[in-house]
Amino acid sequence: MGEYLVDIKNERLSFFTPAGEVKALNDVSMRLEEGEVLGIVGESGSGKSVTAYSLMGLTAHPGKLIGGSLDFNGHHINDMTEKDMRKIRGNEVSIIFQDPMTSLNPVYTIGNQIREVIMLHTGKNKKEANERAKELLTLVGINEPDKRLKQYPHELSGGMRQRVMIAIALACEPKLLIADEPTTALDVTIQAQILELMMELKDKLGMAIIMITHDLGIVASMCEKIAVMYAGKIVEYGTTDEIFYNPKHEYTKGLLRSIPRLDANEHERLVPIEGTPIDLLNPPKGCPFAPRCANCMKICLREMPPVTEFSDTHYTHCFMNQKAMLEGGNA
Amino acid sequence: MSDKLVQVEHLQQYFPAGGFGKNKKYIQAVDDVSFYINKGETLGLVGESGCGKTTTGRSLLRLYEPTGGKIIYDNDVIFDKDNKIAVDMLPYRRKMQIVFQDPYASLDPRMTVGDIVGEAIDIHKLAASKQDRQDRIIEMLNRVGLNSEHANRYPHEFSGGQRQRVGIARALAVNPEFIVCDEPISALDVSIQAQVVNMFEDLQENLGLTYLFIAHDLSVVKHISNRIGVMYLGKMVELADSYELISNSLHPYTKSLISAIPIADPKVARASKRIVLEGDVPSPLNPPSGCRFRTRCPYADECCAQKQPEWKEVSKGHYVACHHLDKVN
Repeated sequence: MGEYLVDIKNERLSFFTPAGEVKALNDVSMRLEEGEVLGIVGESGSGKSVTAYSLMGLTAHPGKLIGGSLDFNGHHINDMTEKDMRKIRGNEVSIIFQDPMTSLNPVYTIGNQIREVIMLHTGKNKKEANERAKELLTLVGINEPDKRLKQYPHELSGGMRQRVMIAIALACEPKLLIADEPTTALDVTIQAQILELMMELKDKLGMAIIMITHDLGIVASMCEKIAVMYAGKIVEYGTTDEIFYNPKHEYTKGLLRSIPRLDANEHERLVPIEGTPIDLLNPPKGCPFAPRCANCMKICLREMPPVTEFSDTHYTHCFMNQKAMLEGGNA
Repeated sequence: MSDKLVQVEHLQQYFPAGGFGKNKKYIQAVDDVSFYINKGETLGLVGESGCGKTTTGRSLLRLYEPTGGKIIYDNDVIFDKDNKIAVDMLPYRRKMQIVFQDPYASLDPRMTVGDIVGEAIDIHKLAASKQDRQDRIIEMLNRVGLNSEHANRYPHEFSGGQRQRVGIARALAVNPEFIVCDEPISALDVSIQAQVVNMFEDLQENLGLTYLFIAHDLSVVKHISNRIGVMYLGKMVELADSYELISNSLHPYTKSLISAIPIADPKVARASKRIVLEGDVPSPLNPPSGCRFRTRCPYADECCAQKQPEWKEVSKGHYVACHHLDKVN
């Protein structure tokens, strides 16, 4: 503790739906230092967003934290009341959502929505808040901030709206910015603009970023560490180079093989991961990836694989890795 | 030439968007687009949302009635605005099919998968008997990796990837020659995308299909296509062989599009420099005069505002529309 900005240990989180318990997170641990960029990749339903949301105390109704500890910037999130949470949300940690079209309020002006955050958290009056709002819009690269402050969200394009979202998120210079698929709804050329802007602001303001995405291209260019999630578990964790050049878990390898490369010089057939993700309502015993894994062993179907550590930063949850490690000393 | 299966000349698709008389406004979704697709090949179409790639695909099948241009399918003129030719499409629907983007919205939730696939067989009266119909349905399902027990289920019982397979089985049910694939994999998860892409390739090889593959993801389009056309704001800006287009792109828009795609390789990504375009795509309701890309183009000048760039073949099979090719390259 202490030295880490974020320290999540063995988090378990379930959604208690009428159909039964959905184990959204199963023993998730991750750490993040100040100013670091962590990418969480995985398919829909793998628990990427749930992990990040729980750190902000934003777990939606039937969801409940049932185990583990969450520490953020000296706060122990587990014990915090909603009132205390509100003080750190926006101030110390903020979030940008996937869809800029629906996350801004359509009936208030941009200025109104940015000022609201500033006034709520800093106690500035309306005039001061307006000045700060203008500064923020300039910071995120929006021209004519005076005019934009008076406009409504529908008058702005998607890329512009995402910039406004970023401005709101950065209003109080948080220590951690959670970006939940911030560019999925945008076109590639606009995506490039937004990613560029985020990296620029990171350097300027020195915040840490948790980047949630399913696009391996984005994490390759932006992140220092990567957590690969599958069915509510982190199956592999490591630095960007470790994950891309020395992947150990079959799922990570499969993901990397299944995406076409723009710079490939000849036609190579893609190698897909066969099968479909498991049903989290009735998860099978053992490793969640076992039903789709090419190297599945008997033990994989019975027991949850333990951690295998390759370096200080690189670990997986896989029996194959465990076995190789025990036999060869090095996998 | 006979090896061209589909030919599109000066295709134009305007949609009315309010206003009366002189002030009537149009969304210029597709404007003066020409291309051809050879038998057995895949032509990819890429561009950002709103650039008219889906509209091109649909107008080509006359799901939208084009407002101008000429469409030739297998040497038959099926649409010609100038000569007022618009043939009955029913016989051609058997040969030209489409797979839609959203596997959740494009299947009727009240029909069983068997009936969804069987509907086309009924319309075109392809089955001699009930048994024959059933056999055909099962054959189609098998072909896309589903089995006979799936025929009695409803779409909601399937995952996204499986639904997309149903959509493909439906398109295949009439034994078509040509399929428009309209963003067939964008709604799917990464690990499932590769499965569906491989299936498209296998079907093409086994059945000799011709595809128009529409997507916004250039890496997937490049993987599956023989040639690629790049669209911007209703216009085709560049068209070339896929490797040629990626390694030797000429149009400034294509260049920036390629550089904007994040590469899943950290060392390459760190070394490469992105060309980040300023601003947003203008509205197709009121596109810029002259070259439509000029408002975001770093090379634009007076000439670009006045004259529309000509669509010309610069080397064999490599078409591009830009005034300043020497300056750009």
